[in-house]
Amino acid sequence: MSNVNLKAHMERRAKDPSVRIPDWARRPTFIVASVIVAVFFLISLFPGLFAHGDPLEINVAQALQGPSRVHFFGTDDYGRDIYTRVIYGARIDLEMGVLGVIVPFAIGTVLGLLAGYYGGLLDNVVMRIIDVLMAFPFTILVIVIMAILGPGIQNVFIALWLVGWMSYTRLVRGEVLRLKDVEFIQAARVEGFTDRRILLRHLLPNVISSSIVYGASDIVMTMLTGASMSFLGLGVQIPSPEWGAILNEGRAFISYAWWITFFPGLFLAICGVGFSLLGDCLTDILRRKGR
Amino acid sequence: MENRNVLLEVKDLKTYFVGRHETVKAVNGVSFTLYEGDSFGLVGESGCGKSQTLRSILGLLKQPGRIVGGQILFRGQDLVGMSPRQMREIRGAQIAQIFQEPMTALNPVLPIRKQIYEAFERDGLSKAEREAKSVEMMKLVGIPEPEKRLGEYPHQFSGGMRQRAMIAIALAEHPALLLADEPTTALDVTIQDQILTLIEQLKGEMGMSLIMVTHNLGVIAQMCNRVAVMYAGRIVEMTDTVTLFSKPRHPYTKALMNSIPNGKQDQLETISGTPPNLSMEIVGCPFAPRCKYAEGECFTTLPELREIEAGHLTRCHRFDVVERFAGLIPVEEVVHG
Amino acid sequence: MERLNYCVRRVLQIIPVLFVISVVIFFLMRFIGGDPAVMVLGDKATSEAIAAFHQRAGLDDPLPIQYVRYMRDILHGDLGTSLSVRRPVAELVAARFPVTVKLTVLSAFLSILISLPLGYLAGKYKDRPADQGIRALALVFIAMPSFWVGLLLMMLFGVRLGWLPAGGWDSTNFWTQCKSLLLPALTHSLSLIALLMRDLRNSVVDISRMDYVDFARSKGIPESEVKGRHIFRNALISYVTLLSIRIAYMLGGSVITESVFALPGIGKLMIDSIFGRDYAVVQSLVLIFAAMVMVINLLTDILYSFLDPRVSYHE
Repeated sequence: MSNVNLKAHMERRAKDPSVRIPDWARRPTFIVASVIVAVFFLISLFPGLFAHGDPLEINVAQALQGPSRVHFFGTDDYGRDIYTRVIYGARIDLEMGVLGVIVPFAIGTVLGLLAGYYGGLLDNVVMRIIDVLMAFPFTILVIVIMAILGPGIQNVFIALWLVGWMSYTRLVRGEVLRLKDVEFIQAARVEGFTDRRILLRHLLPNVISSSIVYGASDIVMTMLTGASMSFLGLGVQIPSPEWGAILNEGRAFISYAWWITFFPGLFLAICGVGFSLLGDCLTDILRRKGR
Repeated sequence: MENRNVLLEVKDLKTYFVGRHETVKAVNGVSFTLYEGDSFGLVGESGCGKSQTLRSILGLLKQPGRIVGGQILFRGQDLVGMSPRQMREIRGAQIAQIFQEPMTALNPVLPIRKQIYEAFERDGLSKAEREAKSVEMMKLVGIPEPEKRLGEYPHQFSGGMRQRAMIAIALAEHPALLLADEPTTALDVTIQDQILTLIEQLKGEMGMSLIMVTHNLGVIAQMCNRVAVMYAGRIVEMTDTVTLFSKPRHPYTKALMNSIPNGKQDQLETISGTPPNLSMEIVGCPFAPRCKYAEGECFTTLPELREIEAGHLTRCHRFDVVERFAGLIPVEEVVHG
Repeated sequence: MERLNYCVRRVLQIIPVLFVISVVIFFLMRFIGGDPAVMVLGDKATSEAIAAFHQRAGLDDPLPIQYVRYMRDILHGDLGTSLSVRRPVAELVAARFPVTVKLTVLSAFLSILISLPLGYLAGKYKDRPADQGIRALALVFIAMPSFWVGLLLMMLFGVRLGWLPAGGWDSTNFWTQCKSLLLPALTHSLSLIALLMRDLRNSVVDISRMDYVDFARSKGIPESEVKGRHIFRNALISYVTLLSIRIAYMLGGSVITESVFALPGIGKLMIDSIFGRDYAVVQSLVLIFAAMVMVINLLTDILYSFLDPRVSYHE
């Protein structure tokens, strides 16, 4: 292959041809998934549109009422409206899912690229850290970090970030190692491209898709982990509304006030299904493009 | 020649891949006859339906492929629509098949021994007899130290040895017909020749017939006495090998010939364009868009496969024009070219 | 022989990692734990009393010496003393460990029982209604928070129907134990069921397309053997590997499940100790969790080397 050809070929690979009229966008799963996710984003950005009350308003006279026309999801032991609390709780849970993945995704991808490409000391240090951290079950690791940092929502984020990056680093590093010796990367090196250019233009676009696929499913897991921290009492503190925290408050009343636990969990599950479906669609699209 | 016994007769075979949105007509009305002792070649580009024709015979089509029409008569018995039990009696015992890529055609997590034992399963042999037969087959295909190698896994074999092991397993029950699907494509050139020679030799020793699917005309020239050229799910030309190479009467066959080096061309021809999409309705001759002889009716009517000389069939409206331009290539030159 | 070498090498690889983990845990706990003397003696203790306590407990010694002492104690089975209940940590852990093990075993058993037939069925009937239903089920199982499912099950079977205990631990005999564990195990295994179903389904689909399946079929063996010996057996390789990796993850989940169902296992102990600021217990439990994960991972690798002959013993 002549140099000109090779260069053109590499540029094409790096840029990725634009997708034609998206066939996947018309699939029912995609539509359902994006509607669910869009609604949850709307709720978390503009909770006022969906609920008019105050999630913290206490009304002891109305305590522990079942679902009704006034209180769609009933009330808790302080007479707070569960529906309003669930709506206002959406933001934190979505933030945990989305920010809890985006930050580790970015950190992990960069570390994986650098460790895989340069190898040596950096690679060794990063991989040893991962070895040690991987020796803990995911949930235990998050709990231990929470125990060290103390309860609170900021600390939940920090714990999720400290733990989440490893999977991305391992994925990206593996892909980089695989691609490093492939012809077109070798050729780019021979051509004298800078490391930065090779990393960003040639390696990154080719290694990122497996991270994206993983990230899509990671959103659900991260969101659930975040919510379970609040459920255990380590995350969001009383009386702030958050789905896991509301569930935790409802535990004491499960024998006669099922609605306190039922609805926040239902929202968590529906939100999770939406993100999972979206992730599946994304995986499908990327796999098809890869072919 | 025609007074020999017919072993296999494929009549108007249609194999479609019926998907939710589209149907791919991979094999669209293929007919041919195989006589005992024959080596029949099916040649064409990838996607022309040659492998699917072969897979149809033993009913080994991948999802969602299925035979939608036609007959496959083996010794007068129709294999199409045969019960699974009857089919099992044919598979391995009467007709065996070998595949292109021995690495993927052998189960990676079973030792060769277990895989060859399966071939003897129906015989109800004792363990010692099975072992003896396995060793004998391994020797026959030229695998050294068969006792030791039977216990090994496919990944411990070299490419050529793997292919030999697959042949040993396929021929374990001494079938009357061997179906070979590109058996050498995945191998190094030097090994290719050894494997072809082995197949040739075993065919003679065991009195088998052979159907060989390949995209390589050299393999056809070396192995087959009759050959059918396939294009877009149909046979476009069928004759004996010598005639095919010396007097091709279909423009596609001619173009294929010119695309392999024989020392006489100044320049190799490539066939421009791509084969048609087999999920679409094709009007006229499917090769017409890529054919330099095509005109008028080629674009409107599908030509019949007709016998233009004794034993020489072609599917072309303008075969007489093609003939005038046909270069004569002695078959030996293709083999050694 | 090669395999034995490999196993020995894998065991040796664990030791440095465990060492680093113990160092990390030791120092972290020293920094965040607060003064144990204050915790034991109370806020009103005199400074002389505190100093005397430090002297006795060796807390004035340099940290590396404290670490060596700590490790020596651990190797002798002494995990320290719980400051809140004033009993040896080892004793506390030993009492609760079996509950977590039983929960894990029952969960794994339930996961296999449910995921094996469903996953295989989905793969066999790819894209047919059965497959679509099973895939939808997996999707929902993964998205549902386990603590929510746990509470719902408790509400339904424990409170409303009264069929099973709504939490707690009845250790009287095997059956009462099973009854106490059934709902927690079901809760605990939900996501594992989903993951295993998906994995098995995809393996069956992929393997069914392989040429070696067709080659096996071309030998004329019965279809049941093609499916059993070639498709199912090969699909089990990744299934079993995933199962054993996930059992390690499940140990982490035990914190949540045990907390929902008030089961006295080490997960519950962990959470209680964190809230009780009982760092001697937390520290030991973290080390125990890490050790368990590493042992499970080791067993997984060894198991895998038996299941898949292609495994390379080098590296």
